[in-house]
Amino acid sequence: MNAATPSWEDDIFDAFKSAGVSQVPYVPDAGHAHLIRRVHADPAMTPLVLTTEEEGVASCCGAWLGGKKSVLLMQSSGVGNCVNMLSLVTNCNFPFLTIVSMRGEYGEFNSWQVPMARATQTSFEMMGVEVMRCNSPDEVGPTVDAALYSVFASEQKIAILLSQRLIGRKVW
Amino acid sequence: MGKTVTIERRKAVEHLVRDRGDMLVVCGLGSSTYDVFAAGDHDANFYLWGAMGGAVMIGLGLAIAEPDKQVMVITGDGEALMGVGALASVAAQKPDNLSIVVLDNGHFGETGMQQSHTSYGVDLADIASGCGFTNTQTIYDYDTLDAFRNMPNEPSGPRLAVVKITTDNPPRALPHVDGIYVKTRFRQFLGHAPC
Repeated sequence: MNAATPSWEDDIFDAFKSAGVSQVPYVPDAGHAHLIRRVHADPAMTPLVLTTEEEGVASCCGAWLGGKKSVLLMQSSGVGNCVNMLSLVTNCNFPFLTIVSMRGEYGEFNSWQVPMARATQTSFEMMGVEVMRCNSPDEVGPTVDAALYSVFASEQKIAILLSQRLIGRKVW
Repeated sequence: MGKTVTIERRKAVEHLVRDRGDMLVVCGLGSSTYDVFAAGDHDANFYLWGAMGGAVMIGLGLAIAEPDKQVMVITGDGEALMGVGALASVAAQKPDNLSIVVLDNGHFGETGMQQSHTSYGVDLADIASGCGFTNTQTIYDYDTLDAFRNMPNEPSGPRLAVVKITTDNPPRALPHVDGIYVKTRFRQFLGHAPC
């Protein structure tokens, strides 16, 4: 394994494997880059590249109609794109899990990322999605594991925010 | 010159879902949902009453989850246009069990019959073709529609038909609005137990 790769990304992948996640839609972010590579390398998983994040909300619901588990990856800037599509999740009580890499907070240079970062948690909560946050590497694996269990065992709706402090500042 | 449009939406949907076997159907909000329900309620129908722009991506997630079953998305031009990027996302996956049917009357029927982009020349079949769909059609008659429905799947990937329909506005036929019921019954049709 590459020593520069943070092991918490592998912890997410391992949790996906244990839970049997088979579809992983994403709008990419550097914070998810290693995880996306691992999903692409796994023949038991289907990665779905999206043009906008709300597509992934809908595809996750379609996967569950077919009995499959799906987790959406995005960065915080995409959360607002999902708001109305989350009515599908809420109204039909679909299980929903998204893992969101945060931009626009700790040590951000690009101020354009900040407004949506500040509205990220509120956007989920106003649509009925519970928010969990990971600030340190050792929290990530257990949090994803616990969320996967709640979401797919009892059709809950959870967003896990990976803080920018965890991911690291983007170097400009 | 444009061709004459004679296909009626309800009749088109009857042709699409008759003798459907275990085909799975996702329908876009508004008239498409009413049309599919009017053709006969079915456990394998997933009716949308909202989530505009989501029908194609629900179909994609389902098609990947159920590769041995045919999945048909039946939606309108307005709903398809709102989620037009989904055609690119479908094309990137190339599921050979997914068919997308756009009932195109060139108008937003549910909101006062305002003209949609297709009335101004936007061609959803061309967009799908540009995305990489190898089978796209624009359909003006029932025989071609039947042929599309009954065509065996090609391994080359998904297909999309734009069905040009008249602007007739049949009475609403309202399926269950309870999304939890519709979801659970759909999953049970496929053998998935409720939580």
